[in-house]
Amino acid sequence: MESLRGKVAIVGAADTEVGVVPGFGATQLCIDAACRALADAGLGKDQVDGLVTCNSMAEPYMYHAEAMAEYLQIFPRYCISVGAGGGTTFSILHHAAAAIVTGQCDTVLISMADSLRSGLSREQAMTMQSATGHSQFEIPFGPTVPAFYALIAQAHMAKYGTTAEQFAQIAVGCRQHASLNPAAQMREPISVEDVMTSRMIADPLHLLDCSLVSDGGSAVVLTSAERAADFPHAPVYLLGVGEGHGHEHISQAQSLTTSTAVESGQRAYAMAGLGPEDMDFAQLYDCFTPTVLVELEDLGFCKKGEGGAFVESGAIAPGGALPVNTHGGLLSHCHPGNPGSMFALTETVSQLRQQAGERQVPNAEVAMVHGQGGIMSSHTSLILGRENS
Amino acid sequence: MIDHSGKSFPVPTPETEVYWEGCREHQLRLQYCNNCGQHQFYPRIICSACMSNDLKWVDVSGEGEVISFTIVRRPVSEAYKTEVPYVVALIKLLEGPTMMSNVVGCDPEALEIGMPVSVQFQDWSEQISIPKFCPKIAGD
Repeated sequence: MESLRGKVAIVGAADTEVGVVPGFGATQLCIDAACRALADAGLGKDQVDGLVTCNSMAEPYMYHAEAMAEYLQIFPRYCISVGAGGGTTFSILHHAAAAIVTGQCDTVLISMADSLRSGLSREQAMTMQSATGHSQFEIPFGPTVPAFYALIAQAHMAKYGTTAEQFAQIAVGCRQHASLNPAAQMREPISVEDVMTSRMIADPLHLLDCSLVSDGGSAVVLTSAERAADFPHAPVYLLGVGEGHGHEHISQAQSLTTSTAVESGQRAYAMAGLGPEDMDFAQLYDCFTPTVLVELEDLGFCKKGEGGAFVESGAIAPGGALPVNTHGGLLSHCHPGNPGSMFALTETVSQLRQQAGERQVPNAEVAMVHGQGGIMSSHTSLILGRENS
Repeated sequence: MIDHSGKSFPVPTPETEVYWEGCREHQLRLQYCNNCGQHQFYPRIICSACMSNDLKWVDVSGEGEVISFTIVRRPVSEAYKTEVPYVVALIKLLEGPTMMSNVVGCDPEALEIGMPVSVQFQDWSEQISIPKFCPKIAGD
């Protein structure tokens, strides 16, 4: 079987403003992100022949990617929107890479945006997202999205002795990174005590264990490795990619404490010929703090059950052994919903181009970007590097 | 009867109506596979273990244990506000399958993973009764 290793590269990457973005709806944010990524790649809109978007909760379209193509007046030969939530949209990087390698298109623009903060009421945003639950066998019991993830946290605590303070440490680490990022929505440093004394949402998750609700968009341009040399910025190569899909509903999960990030990670490492010890930093989907803890274990950055001690050691903070979510993550940078993982991707491009300013990870060469969607349901791991060999 | 209007009522389908009919009669029912001997939940047109369609409905014990839970402090919507704080839990039934439910009839703070529970039903309307779980008292 032909491997995707080193065959495609990201040659353009950009975010819109994030947080509360007045005057722009989800559509305008998607277009703005697309324009910025094209400008970063030095491309005109007619030089892409593939377009990928994700649907928006605030402004859904039945044919989202087609609507965005029409808005831009481009006429791609590869055009698809992904409907699933959170990090799940991120799996499209895998499919778009395969589309390029198999000649379905040459250059793909992937642009995702939503306006959960300004385009929906708080109650709308909450009920739309908790609709990920089973309509007959979960939703009647009144679960919220934090409650779904709290079930994972509590099981991990019971099985491995993980503490709420250790989860809180993850929120603190993300905020430390965000404080170095002028674009982040929340930059004021916080302490473990701040997290522990913030309002309890669903035990053991406090308000500050939960990600933000934001407006924002993010886009990348993907092309073949052969073409990638001709762009203004150094290409960032896709070295490994893998997916793992376990369930949709948390009540049907095979395990609450081990996810199919194990499989997605192993598949990505195998393709790249690299291991967790080779990663200079990692961007791990952080809708809630326990998500990161389980991912650290399942992706092999520490042993199963030792995630709590790992984060307590300061490993994931700026300057740590494995800086995690160097832009601040969904916890502190921004979280507009479906586009969530895209910001981790554009940040990784900045880091690997050595353009991340004050928060630059020194000599960053290789990184893991991991997205998950649903309730630890489906996972995509990408390994990106500065060199394609 | 407590006012449950505004809550997310399950809408039975041909695949699930026997289950909800059981709930209406305050009897928990699961599908059982005649081919491989497994119980399954939620209801499906095939056995998800062996793909046989030789399934029958059986009355089950309604007993199980809490494998995880959370106490919801911020309700999902206005209709659930009067229940706050309420417990959302995953219950592993004696017969094997896991289901989501609420644990009621105890102080949420006293709940622990591994605690044995048994089903009771809350009537939401004439058509819909919801299976909830109560901690089992020793000797029960």
